[in-house]
Amino acid sequence: MRRVVVTGLGMVTPLGSGVEHTWSRLIAGDSGASKVTAFETEDLACRIACSIPLGDGREGTFNPDRWMEPKEQRKVDPFIVYAMAAAGEALEDAGWAPKTDADQVATGVLIGSGIGGIGGIYDASVTLHEKGPRRISPFFIPGRIINLASGQVSIAHGLKGPNHAVVTACSTGAHAIGDAARLIMLGDADVMVAGGAESPVNRLALAGFAACRALSTGFNADPTRASRPYDKDRDGFVMGEGAGIVVLEAYEHARARGARIYAEVVGYGLSGDAYHITSPSPDGDGAYRCMSAAVKRAGIDPSEIDYINAHGTSTPMGDELELKAVERVLGPAAARASMSSTKSAIGHLLGAAGSVEAIFSVLAIRDGVLPPTLNLDNPSVETAIDLVPHEAKRKRVDVVLSNSFGFGGTNASLVMRRVVD
Amino acid sequence: MSDIAERVKKIVVEHLGVEPEKVVEGANFIDDLGADSLDTVELVMAFEEEFNVEIPDDAAETIQTVGDAVKFLEKNSA
Repeated sequence: MRRVVVTGLGMVTPLGSGVEHTWSRLIAGDSGASKVTAFETEDLACRIACSIPLGDGREGTFNPDRWMEPKEQRKVDPFIVYAMAAAGEALEDAGWAPKTDADQVATGVLIGSGIGGIGGIYDASVTLHEKGPRRISPFFIPGRIINLASGQVSIAHGLKGPNHAVVTACSTGAHAIGDAARLIMLGDADVMVAGGAESPVNRLALAGFAACRALSTGFNADPTRASRPYDKDRDGFVMGEGAGIVVLEAYEHARARGARIYAEVVGYGLSGDAYHITSPSPDGDGAYRCMSAAVKRAGIDPSEIDYINAHGTSTPMGDELELKAVERVLGPAAARASMSSTKSAIGHLLGAAGSVEAIFSVLAIRDGVLPPTLNLDNPSVETAIDLVPHEAKRKRVDVVLSNSFGFGGTNASLVMRRVVD
Repeated sequence: MSDIAERVKKIVVEHLGVEPEKVVEGANFIDDLGADSLDTVELVMAFEEEFNVEIPDDAAETIQTVGDAVKFLEKNSA
């Protein structure tokens, strides 16, 4: 099978617009959490979130007009706008703008979302109830369904290869990158634009996730302290929004055009818990099998893993189960491994989490810096693994593992490494 | 320009994101103002909402220019 490398990165996150802006704030230990002011929250159990900082584009604010015409933005939910921005940045970063028919056909898109246009579905439901079916916009459906992120990106950039979408809750972004890599390995495409996008910061989604008892509710007065993976006071995740998208490319294709190569996607593992709709299996077996499959596919020894970007959502159960599963995979090598949860800074971006975190993992290789786990004041369990509390640290990183686990017991792990020619 | 024509123009500018000076009586929504078939459906809905009228599908199909819309609405709105 063909080798696959990462040649372009793009993201919109609660820490700002663009990869470099987000990354520098992440390394500085900034938090993207704040009290929600965009809508009424007084009756909600969770009144905080990690929202995209909108603005004119200066100082890392997100200016959607740079990526999509205002009249087009009006027709879609924000997850599609975020996907357009992150995909546009990733393609620019990769220097890939296919113009010939052959290049366009060789380039595909695989962008997923956990729940897609839930905000727009809520609004249209209210319209249907109050004004009837004749007031439902013709753009209601194409602006809300999940694969329209891939559709819009393909239309904007003329990408005529495989056009696909993943929907696996919080594993979406990782599955999208893994599946897209396989399409390239098997020769269905030479280049894939892959990742996840999500826009769940609205009343309905906050109410729904709070009902699942998944959200933090004890830090409404102190939002930046709410997301605290592995800390004994953690009480749930903080909702985030945004998109993370990479350009994946066949190694030979990238070399032939002289593209900059960030890392190689060497391992991808998938598994199902077959246990519960929202709770991870108590033995952590699904996570263990998923990571093991990725490590096996990568053909590495677990002791080679330098950095793990954890799923680590800051929920009471999930964090410790993942930690135990990681310890089981690493064995005695746990003592030399570092693992952090960047959800402590940007919150949980659901379907975009896996791809945003895969990008952070790639940047850890590029810069030799590990992003921190914020708010880790008192770990709830002892571990030999360095959880990178509070502050970023320097470390040479050659091999990374990025974990994502979703509702339904769906797990995905990616292994990426510095390219060795 | 009549009050109705002004209101029609405002809706067209808003929904199609076009320059106001392009929204003239003879401008065809699709050929001149860049609308697609879904845009025209939404435009008709916006006219219905603004003028509190119901525009049946067969009538909607005859509304292809700014002038068509103004004429229909002058005749049918209260």
